[in-house]
Amino acid sequence: MKGGLKRKTVKEIKVDVDKCTGCRSCELVCSAFHATPKYSSINPGRARIRVVIDELRDVYVPVRAGEYTAAECMGRDTYTLNGKEYDECAFCRASCPSRDYFKEPDSGLPLKCDMCEDEPPLSEPMCVQVCEPGALTYEEREEEVGEEEVKRGEMEIGLESLVNKYGVKKVMDTVARLLKT
Amino acid sequence: MRYAETGFNLEIDLSRGSIEKVETDPRLTELHLGGQGTADKILWDRVPPEVEAFSPDNLLIFSTGLLHSTPVPGANRTVVNTFSPQTNLHAHSLFGGFFGPELKHAGYDKIIIRGKSPSLVYLWINNDKVEIRDAGHLRGKGCQETAASIRQDLKQEKAQVAAIGLAGENRVYMATIEHSNSSASRGVGVIMGDKGLKAIAVRGTRDVTIAQPDKLFELCLRLRKEIYENPICGDPMAHNDDETFHVDNFAWGNARERKKGYWKKELEEKWGELTRKLKDRDTSCYNCPKDCHAVVNYPGRQRYALKCFNKLTYLMAAHKELDFNYDILGVTQEYGLDGFSTPQVLAFAIELYEAGILTDQDMPGFPTDVEGRFFWLIEKIVRREGIGDVLANGVYWASRQIGKGAEEFDHNTTKKFEQVTIKLGKVNPPYFLMIATGEKMSITQIEGSYPQDPLPTMEEREKFARDWVAAPDDTFKKMFLEWEKRNELPFEASCAICDWNEIMHYIDDAIGLCGFLSSFRGQFGGRIPYHTHNIPHIISLATGMEIDKEGLWEIARRNRNLVRALNVRRGMRRKDEKPPEDHWKVRDPEMETKLLDAYYEFKGWNREGIPTKETLDKLGLNYVSEGFIQGGILIDNKGIPAKEITAENEKN
Repeated sequence: MKGGLKRKTVKEIKVDVDKCTGCRSCELVCSAFHATPKYSSINPGRARIRVVIDELRDVYVPVRAGEYTAAECMGRDTYTLNGKEYDECAFCRASCPSRDYFKEPDSGLPLKCDMCEDEPPLSEPMCVQVCEPGALTYEEREEEVGEEEVKRGEMEIGLESLVNKYGVKKVMDTVARLLKT
Repeated sequence: MRYAETGFNLEIDLSRGSIEKVETDPRLTELHLGGQGTADKILWDRVPPEVEAFSPDNLLIFSTGLLHSTPVPGANRTVVNTFSPQTNLHAHSLFGGFFGPELKHAGYDKIIIRGKSPSLVYLWINNDKVEIRDAGHLRGKGCQETAASIRQDLKQEKAQVAAIGLAGENRVYMATIEHSNSSASRGVGVIMGDKGLKAIAVRGTRDVTIAQPDKLFELCLRLRKEIYENPICGDPMAHNDDETFHVDNFAWGNARERKKGYWKKELEEKWGELTRKLKDRDTSCYNCPKDCHAVVNYPGRQRYALKCFNKLTYLMAAHKELDFNYDILGVTQEYGLDGFSTPQVLAFAIELYEAGILTDQDMPGFPTDVEGRFFWLIEKIVRREGIGDVLANGVYWASRQIGKGAEEFDHNTTKKFEQVTIKLGKVNPPYFLMIATGEKMSITQIEGSYPQDPLPTMEEREKFARDWVAAPDDTFKKMFLEWEKRNELPFEASCAICDWNEIMHYIDDAIGLCGFLSSFRGQFGGRIPYHTHNIPHIISLATGMEIDKEGLWEIARRNRNLVRALNVRRGMRRKDEKPPEDHWKVRDPEMETKLLDAYYEFKGWNREGIPTKETLDKLGLNYVSEGFIQGGILIDNKGIPAKEITAENEKN
């Protein structure tokens, strides 16, 4: 085995939209699992998964919450698949300013799917556990990744991107100025 | 802290345009649970018997069930109650889908609507923000079209909408309220239209809390798997191309003719192929692992959700095939017409035309082919144009308005309401009681727990009885073991069967469970998800209320007697409690009289079918018995009415 490489578990939820019956059990259980304390309240409005449903067009698409983004995309996407037209950004997982999705209903703070991380770990995320028709299925696989890719904090990633863009000096100057104000 | 419920109702007065959020009394939850139970208490308190269905003082109540928005799978049926212009009695209908749970997340257990709006409006409930909005632009629009349009206008993809179509707007008695893959019928759509309310849109993002979440979730996660894997729950007919049960046993045309042996293997293949061609997918209601509704995509029609026996009612009324039924549903569901009563009204009109009672003068341009006639009549009915204005009042009233012998063609109504088209041989005692005394106007809303037929051998019976979890106690098992012939059951057994069957429905109506997992499933034996043994525990975990099996039965009995009380106060009596004359070919009037006497006694009702003071007081319904005595309905405990009031008040 080559030194400097390490194994990483990739968690994946496969979505078979043809099997979705639109029952929204995934939304219900997700909101309850992420309540504090666990299961203490139910509110699909807080779920980190939502089922996009349009009965007139036979659209049933479970979408899990992805990253928060402060700015919306430069353009929007609409898809037509098998003659069915999907809403603008229907498949997008971002919590973004263009829509109310994947935000806490009261505070507006972004919500993100964490694959139901828990101690001890669950066999499968809760949305998959309640999806009896099998629209959502769970898989784990091992991937080899470079060792230098140690997990870095959000701030480090953010700062690095600023340094790349503006150079170290400009970033340092800005930080110094911010400290004075 | 209120668990499983919000503790608030939304009060809307459409005449004044007022909106109020009103806290409810938790004691009423203990007495009636919720859903229809608590709705009927409101109807008793606030709608006196002289209030006619079309009066602004009539209420239209949308209730969530007590278990909506909890993890309990299949708790999603919203109940709608009012007084019906067709029967002048209590109206009840349930619809599945997503509406009730959404309403609860918006912070309300009920929407109580009174008054009439001077112009067509819709209600928009977005958590605490509630608005009565103009619906002028939605006039004449189809139900689903209305829902889609409202969602788009509000930019609320997740809003749940219940809407009426043209039928409701024009106060057609067969009008439905359509929502998602479900609809409410039997007298509620017409009242929504009368109130000038085109639709209700709801979006809710509030928490619902339950008393013992860990335990309830654990139980429900297990139940879900069982429900999914259990072939006898849900609607098995939704996934079966074999239609023998309905086409061979139910009557065709205007509930006239049974076609035994109609079903053939070739038909199963032909119809099955058509269904597969037209069906996009099967869909579920909120938080249910079953998928009982088919999305049908008929060429040239908008997609619609197919449910249950609607698949066959139009084709059987018209003596046609499945293609016709799929086609016409695409039209009738958008207009918001009930798939049970409407086909009977259409077949009835065609019979009158063929008998020369209705003529070309009444029906100018009436087509010669039956498909054409059905579509022609629908257009007239939903607009109340010409003869449609008469037929829109249902078979009972239309036959009396038409006269000239048309009354003879009204042969399948009970309490003035079109019954399921069943015509059988010899009178069946429990079924006699269910059809005669049911107040939900359809056999489907009372039958379901006790099997319809005995099993041939003792061995089979014993096995059935052993596995039968739904049976409330051993007396029902004993009854089943001793049961030899379908129509031969002792009075005592018949009374107990009718009672148990209806009690299960009263439980479901209060807590919002789907009958396909509960009240309609005991009859198949085996392990069904919900029954009187486990429902109390589930209610306790969800609400924190202490409740056991006996307590549950008592509440259901209280709710059942309250419906009877509402109807008795409006004039319903023994004379109204009779199945259609020809429901069975062979009748036994003497036995039927004795049986009804025995059942009334079993229920604690007097010979007129009125709950006695003792019965009412024991259930804590003292205010009802006091009202009855004051109103001369009861003289004393055993008394018969002091004066005859009839339910047959002249219309309009």
